[in-house]
Amino acid sequence: MIPAAFDYVRAGSAAEAISLIGQHGDEAKFLAGGHSLLPLMKLRLAAPSVLVDIGRVSDLSYIKDAGDHIAIGALTRHMDVETSAVLQEHVPLLAHAAGHVGDPQVRHRGTIGGSIAHADPASDLPATTLALGATYIAQGPNGTREIAAADFYQGFLESALAADEMLTEIRVPKMQGAGWSFQKFNRRAQDWAIVGVAAWRRNGDSGVALVNMGSTPILATSVSGALAQGASVSDAAQLAAEEAEPQSDLNASPEYRVHLAKVLVRRALEAASA
Amino acid sequence: MTVTDDRPSAVLGTRLLRREDPALLTGEAKYTNDLDLPGALHLAVLRSPYAHARIVSVDLSAAQASPGVVAVYSGADLAGEWASPMPSAWAVTADMKNPAHYPLASSKVCYVGDGVACVLATSDVAARDALELIDVRYEPLPAVVDLEDALSDRVVIHDELSTNSSYTWDLKIEGTEGQVEQAFADAAFTVKERYVQQRLIPMAMEPRAVAAVPQPFGGDMVLYSATQIPHILKVMTALTLGIPEHQMRVIAPSVGGGFGSKLDVYAEELLCVALARKHRVPVRWNEERGEGTVATTHGRGQIQHVELAADADGKLTAVRIRLLADMGGYQQLITAGIPILGAFLYAGVYDLPQAYDFSCTGVYTTLTPTDAYRGAGRPEATYAIERAMDALADQMGIDPMDLRKRNFIRKEQFPYTAFTGLVYDSGDHLAAAEMAAEMADYDGTRARQKAQNVPGAKKLLGIGQASYFEMCGLAPSRVLASLNYSAGGWEAATVRILPTNKVQVVTGTAPHGQGHETAWSMIVADKLGIAPGDVDVLHSDTALAPLGLDTYGSRSLPVGGVAIAIACDKVIDKAKKIAAHQLEANEDDLDFTGGAFTVKGSPDRTMPLAAIAFEAFTAHNLPDGLEPNLEAQVTYDPPNFSWPFGTHICTVEVDTETGQVDVLQYVAVDDCGVQVNPLIVEGQVHGGVIQGLAQALYEEAAYDTDGNLKNASLAEYLVPAASDVPPITLGHTVTPSPTNQLGVKGIGEAGTIGAAPAVINAVVDALSGLGVTDVPMPASPHNVWKAIQAATNNSQGASK
Repeated sequence: MIPAAFDYVRAGSAAEAISLIGQHGDEAKFLAGGHSLLPLMKLRLAAPSVLVDIGRVSDLSYIKDAGDHIAIGALTRHMDVETSAVLQEHVPLLAHAAGHVGDPQVRHRGTIGGSIAHADPASDLPATTLALGATYIAQGPNGTREIAAADFYQGFLESALAADEMLTEIRVPKMQGAGWSFQKFNRRAQDWAIVGVAAWRRNGDSGVALVNMGSTPILATSVSGALAQGASVSDAAQLAAEEAEPQSDLNASPEYRVHLAKVLVRRALEAASA
Repeated sequence: MTVTDDRPSAVLGTRLLRREDPALLTGEAKYTNDLDLPGALHLAVLRSPYAHARIVSVDLSAAQASPGVVAVYSGADLAGEWASPMPSAWAVTADMKNPAHYPLASSKVCYVGDGVACVLATSDVAARDALELIDVRYEPLPAVVDLEDALSDRVVIHDELSTNSSYTWDLKIEGTEGQVEQAFADAAFTVKERYVQQRLIPMAMEPRAVAAVPQPFGGDMVLYSATQIPHILKVMTALTLGIPEHQMRVIAPSVGGGFGSKLDVYAEELLCVALARKHRVPVRWNEERGEGTVATTHGRGQIQHVELAADADGKLTAVRIRLLADMGGYQQLITAGIPILGAFLYAGVYDLPQAYDFSCTGVYTTLTPTDAYRGAGRPEATYAIERAMDALADQMGIDPMDLRKRNFIRKEQFPYTAFTGLVYDSGDHLAAAEMAAEMADYDGTRARQKAQNVPGAKKLLGIGQASYFEMCGLAPSRVLASLNYSAGGWEAATVRILPTNKVQVVTGTAPHGQGHETAWSMIVADKLGIAPGDVDVLHSDTALAPLGLDTYGSRSLPVGGVAIAIACDKVIDKAKKIAAHQLEANEDDLDFTGGAFTVKGSPDRTMPLAAIAFEAFTAHNLPDGLEPNLEAQVTYDPPNFSWPFGTHICTVEVDTETGQVDVLQYVAVDDCGVQVNPLIVEGQVHGGVIQGLAQALYEEAAYDTDGNLKNASLAEYLVPAASDVPPITLGHTVTPSPTNQLGVKGIGEAGTIGAAPAVINAVVDALSGLGVTDVPMPASPHNVWKAIQAATNNSQGASK
């Protein structure tokens, strides 16, 4: 449980962080809350030669009402997302889901941007922001660009971020009173979901995303499509795993995961429709 | 003996806060890895990545050149260090097959984690970095992971044994030949069940840690270790390394839990001492968590075949048990004996005639060695009989509580001589069961269950029970002799009153979380009429406490605590002689109450113990022939085991769509006789219940077919956290043990023994309407879902 040797530099601003990552090249990694990266390093599954610590870039920790959406700084801690009055009012699904990440210690250290940039399909917030149709803002040496959540997740722990880009902001559309539900199925409260579902529904519109049902967070577009065409919740839920490619692990076979996804999507949509 | 007065007194039986806790909670307590040992070298062990392989070659050269490295050794390099193989203290049969096992393998590895080489370096990091530079070439051999596969000898692990079967141990009751067969032939009901006790990883909060420190002159060696057994470790280290025993001193500093996994003599302890002796510097080793999952012994690991025979009323008439026990790649200290510790308990709390037939075969596999784990053999036995009783009740169509009541050994039958010849000294199973039923609202829950568990219901209610008898307080030495165990079961105690009336107690027990310092001080305070705070308890250092047999098997209070009480009596007897002499009274005319001797009928003629202590110290005016000082040393060999018992009732709700089990309520009624400190008793039961619940619902050492542990971290091996623990409601009946003067029984393992069968009985009860008759442990959502699917498919098949 001792990581390989690495160098450590601390960035004071986003621009400095991007400059530092540019100097050190592919072997450098951003360190935010450290709750995804450090365990991998301790197991020597990751061995970056340089860590660029962005944990003290304070201008990236904020939650702002920006009209039609809420803008969340990438370094906002899970606990701040969970307890934000602005998010509880306008994006209650995200605030609620943030309260299910790990345990309180993790939520006080881990950041929303770190979780999304890590692109772990088993994490709660990538799928939740995907369901909500979020837009991510990436900053690189040549400025910023917007990436739709639906285009962001490209493979297991792989995102659309370039090596010299940094995720700086998450923009989440206001839910406008949509019904919603977050279903996290796990064996211990602190664990990653065996299967999770983030869902919202408003009139004919809906968004449903799955946690831990493939190598990326999965947008269950078949479910939303069926609902838009007037399918019942239980019929739509039968399509829950259409886009999924579930893996086998100690907690579940692919067959069981598909079954769970259908049950949990149905439950989520029932709750969101109530 | 009986309890002679109306204890608990002012001290005994009170909820005194544990004196150990401030240091533990503030981080002041020193564990082995906290010791400051200037100049110590750090040991790291290279472990086999293969479950089964021949070692073709070991190239140490690159590691030797690594920065900070002092020395690197292969198993062959250290062959000359050992006077004998690693100790195994329990040859359960005369012909038991036990391969020689050394701290480092030199020709073959037999499990993932088996040590093949080691590094000594100036820092832990340097030592571990150098491990990656050791080049070992292996010739992989087929792994043997499955117990029944091991038994088949398809692949023989230890060539020199020519079989994987180590022993078969039978419990035969003389003069009962043919009774079991006859009982099964005559039975109105029989059940035949197969249960699997999955392997568990003990996961003590403090990983193992060792430091061996050679003393400056004379060849003495001090071994610090996170161990439950400093005394046994001293003897075994001396024998294995050829060090004269009087030159070995073992100290167990603060120890953060063991659960049986630190009841062992480990390769790293022997390596540290050997290399400290060789290099003449302190050598230390600290286990990493992931390393501990494969290099520290596992628990359980049995396949149980259980058969019960009963008459038309459900009265048990015979029990037949066949066990297969997974010993792992080698035997550790008492590996072979663990299932035997449960051999006498497969009839549970029931009044069984002599028809009992038990046999256990221990087999080698290419997995981490197994050994003691909380309860050691007795949880397995209780699980088997309590699950089988539910199966019998199901077959008879009667309530499982009713079936148990028909079979309990009744209160008036105690002391009860069991078919095995063991005498159960006391008990009242019916009272414990009725109290638990009342607390759990058993009848009300059954009524709610009837209303809730209708066809098509998605949430099913279940209620399950386990009634247990625990054979603990290890142990009468003569019984251990009959089991071929190579040590006794006594415990030693010294009670010494210092000149200023402060008291030192020296105990051979070795606490690692139990609160002995608090509990022992309460026993002494009660006996001597002083404050618990005036009692110091010395332990876990073989120089301070040379005699002892340490802590395991819920033995510390009923053996070690009783030894202390007897030593107090001896001190009081001696003090009485001095008081009689100075008060010019006859000893028989003196009363000892409230810490003072008083002449009967003359309250003004009195002498406090404080004054006697000083008189004993000055020795100015003692009776002729009496030695100075007030001190007594006792070695107590218990005449019987201690027999705590109880009933646990668990209520669950099972989500039939997902397989999720939600424990709604857990009631534990335990009877451990007289309670010295109820706060400590409750802590033991809470912890024990959670550990049993963990076996029932969460934990399993999961291996792939190549013998790799798939959940070698706390992220994947699911130890339940505080947020996963259901409400636990405790009750107690108090049936004092007539075996010892304190009336006490052990309580360290009871919770674990009761919990697993109570939980699984509840889960199966919930699902019984769907045709589910068993759910494997752990009853994870996936396993429960699969059981529901299988039962549903069966019933659909049957209806077609």
